[in-house]
Amino acid sequence: MKSDITKVTTHINPNEALIFERSQPGRIGYRLPPLDVDEQSINKLIPKEFLRDDDLEGVPEVSEVDVIRHFVRMSTWNYSIDQGMYPLGSCTMKYNSRLNEKVARIAGFAGLHPLTLAEDAQGALEVIYQLQEDLAEITGLPGISLQPAAGAHGEMTGVMIIRAFIDARDGEGGSAKRRTMLIPDSAHGTNPASAHLSGFSVKTIRSTAEGLTDLDHLRELCSVGDVAGLMLTNPNTLGLFERNIKEICRIVHEAGGLVYMDGANMNALVGVARPGDMGVDVIHLNLHKTFSTPHGGGGPGCGPCCCTKELEPFLPVPRIIKTPTRRGSDRTEGAPDVSTSQPTRYNLDFNYPQSIGRVKAFFGNYGMMLRALAYIQTHGYDGLREATEAAVLNARYIAHGLTSDYEKPFDAPPMHEVVFTDKRQTRKGVHTLDIAKRLIDYGFHPMTIYFPLIVQGAMLIEPTESVGRQELDQFIEAMRSIAREAVEDPELVLNAPHSTRIGRLDEAAAARKPVLRWKPKQAASTAQ
Amino acid sequence: MRYIPNSPDERADMLEQIGVASTEQLFESIPENLRLREHLKVPAAMSELELLKRFEDIGTRNQAAQRISFLGGGAYSHYTPTIVDHLISRSEFFTAYTPYQPEISQGTLQAIFEFQTLVCQLTGMDIANASMYDGSTAMAEAVLMAERVTRRSKVIVSSAIHPQYLEVAHTYVQHAGIDLRHALYCTELGTTLPESLSALDENTAAVVVQSPNFFGCIEDVSALAEKAHNAGALLVVVVTEAMSLGLLRSPGACGADIVVAEGQSFGVPLSYGGPYVGLFATRDKYARQIPGRLVGEAYDKHGRRGFVLTLATREQHIRREKATSNICTNEGLIALAATIYLETMGRRGVQEVAHQCAQKAHYAAREIEKLAGFSLPFSAPFFNEFVVRAPASASPMLDQLAKEKGIDGGIALSRFDSERPNDFLVCVTETNTREEIDALVDGLASFTAPV
Repeated sequence: MKSDITKVTTHINPNEALIFERSQPGRIGYRLPPLDVDEQSINKLIPKEFLRDDDLEGVPEVSEVDVIRHFVRMSTWNYSIDQGMYPLGSCTMKYNSRLNEKVARIAGFAGLHPLTLAEDAQGALEVIYQLQEDLAEITGLPGISLQPAAGAHGEMTGVMIIRAFIDARDGEGGSAKRRTMLIPDSAHGTNPASAHLSGFSVKTIRSTAEGLTDLDHLRELCSVGDVAGLMLTNPNTLGLFERNIKEICRIVHEAGGLVYMDGANMNALVGVARPGDMGVDVIHLNLHKTFSTPHGGGGPGCGPCCCTKELEPFLPVPRIIKTPTRRGSDRTEGAPDVSTSQPTRYNLDFNYPQSIGRVKAFFGNYGMMLRALAYIQTHGYDGLREATEAAVLNARYIAHGLTSDYEKPFDAPPMHEVVFTDKRQTRKGVHTLDIAKRLIDYGFHPMTIYFPLIVQGAMLIEPTESVGRQELDQFIEAMRSIAREAVEDPELVLNAPHSTRIGRLDEAAAARKPVLRWKPKQAASTAQ
Repeated sequence: MRYIPNSPDERADMLEQIGVASTEQLFESIPENLRLREHLKVPAAMSELELLKRFEDIGTRNQAAQRISFLGGGAYSHYTPTIVDHLISRSEFFTAYTPYQPEISQGTLQAIFEFQTLVCQLTGMDIANASMYDGSTAMAEAVLMAERVTRRSKVIVSSAIHPQYLEVAHTYVQHAGIDLRHALYCTELGTTLPESLSALDENTAAVVVQSPNFFGCIEDVSALAEKAHNAGALLVVVVTEAMSLGLLRSPGACGADIVVAEGQSFGVPLSYGGPYVGLFATRDKYARQIPGRLVGEAYDKHGRRGFVLTLATREQHIRREKATSNICTNEGLIALAATIYLETMGRRGVQEVAHQCAQKAHYAAREIEKLAGFSLPFSAPFFNEFVVRAPASASPMLDQLAKEKGIDGGIALSRFDSERPNDFLVCVTETNTREEIDALVDGLASFTAPV
């Protein structure tokens, strides 16, 4: 029997049109207080040639209700951490606490203008200072700038610091001979891109069959004499700790270079080991990974840059300092202030003539700093270590659970993430992409795929500490089930996902003739 | 720890199941001498009650957050509809990653596509990216892009650009082989002097100008574009007060080749300077040179429309050191806030806010100008910010105004230029009531007597 229901609206239809297609002339979504000053003809205030004459044609006209429904419907198309496991390798998709969101919205912070004088923004500066102190302790590197807005921005800052240090140490002539940045073949793409921005050319270091930096190749590259530094991720993007890290740092240092560590994988180390103790000179952190500030569908991030005492003079300005400063530079617990009679003040210090300069207006992504500090204080020292332990255990649990069905290219036990490949499944024509898409049907967000580039058909899985055992078991079961399907019914996997509202999109066609914005003439032909 | 689902017992079971003897053994690939033997010297864990109280207490030490404010200079107080924060707080948006899996990320992807469209409409440009970190880094990226597009190495920047933006540009280009030259501004008009573009020649990649500029003055963008184009250079226009786009002729209509802006005015809290959102727009022909992520339309095999990240071959994860930028994470959630803001306010709302800003700012300027000893040193037209010259040093006067009347009356320009001791920058938005403006004027009136 045919249904008698005639829908009045299409609101149950999840296919939400673009807002521009929903727009109706005359709809209003706002109300302002009436203008309360004497109004003058706008042409009298600003000459006509400087005024818009297009009447903002095309900007939507919708009601508040339209906007709410539009975004709520669109939101239902997204997978998110709050729905379940989001095992993107090297992305650390951990729980984003609501408490941290609340902290960032406290009026005293959210309403504070960045050009407020330091004396009227003491609370805001105290937060920056405290976070600097905590990150210095966590990384073992005392010089900190919170200015960079994301990981790649922190990398750029760190590499520019290396450049400035070498320029100062070797003089112009000496420095000009050091223009090589060494980067392992397993590195994240931002590493070479950031090195390039600082005027370095990149030489790639091979990984060994074990998945670690090839020391012989490193020595060979260092013997040329042109090495400014090494950019290393540790644990590396295969999830393996570079156990020769001290030796690696020694080789680079003896060759006159510095060691930059990409801190994307710090979730494996917090409270367990510190880059500063390993010989690393400078590192960036991703507060949006390790310290749980939300990814927000692609940012905002925050990419603090932490470095040794030696590199500190080159950090971006302004630095946030505390006066009176503590005696000496040690971080001994409970070290007394120089003078207790002077009240504690937080200040901006611009007096760093060797600084690489400012990398961003104002102080960086301040709202993320509040969240990260709240994360640290909610965990405390024991909770931070507990999170690391739980994250590594979860990854090891998955590694253990999947070895029987998927090829694990490296034997070494992984840290917080583990890489598998599609080698066994490709025999039936099923590839990593297909496995990832099929995982969606099982209710999971796929893992990171085809990265790192050195592993053919890579599937990089990072569960984080925010996943319980039952869900890990379900994930393992889903992956094993897909492995069976790949043998018994490969078509099922090849055509996945089957449960989503939209199928695989033709990305090649999209790139050939890119349509990057809505235009009125399209509206009729594409609205559903 | 309440954010970790597995209890200690469950974890012990899991260890046993995978054949690992102890938690410590999980870390055996880290050489023993590198493993911490003591706990980190960070405070012990706090409860939610304690933590909130602590942050609220610290927040009260930011006295300025409570004041009536006329501060602008790259960050602006505008009204934000309640639904903006509500919608960006939905789990599906704020706890999602970059939309690498389009089948389960259409919410984010469609929102970015709408964002790109809105940025194009406001700036008058053909295409826009998914966002940059902020206005200052967007400007630096525009300088780098101009060099790529033109293969020329000199870039002329107006000295009436926000001083911090100029600093960021200097940092970005210091190793890129780009020669940054400054063009002077006219001390009477307050705008960039066409004659100061004398360095403009066949080696010039771009002229970069901010409008309204740091002093609030509206630049003659069309004239500057013509001048740049005559030399084969691009014109890059920077906007820090994006609300001005609701009223002023778009940079695109004035001939700009790249437009970058700070989008904070569109529903984003001041939050002591970030996170904000950089807007980046350009012409169609430069689509493959633009930095950052782009979302484009795509179809599945049933012909259903969707959206995907596209033209990725420009980006670092494919091109590595040859990428158009090193940017990866951008400002997704803040771009979403701006999108929701713009759609809620809509065509008429953006126009009305811009109109009110201009009307109120001009009212304030008229009233301040009437005060004995006060003047407006620049004669160029302005939108909602203007420079006031006080009869005495501005800095102590503004201090006193803040402490005694609870009004942040403006930004002393001596903080950026020691040769402007008496000047300060006043910003007025739709959130400032007439009462507040009158209170500012009254407050300033007490300084009219010779000090």
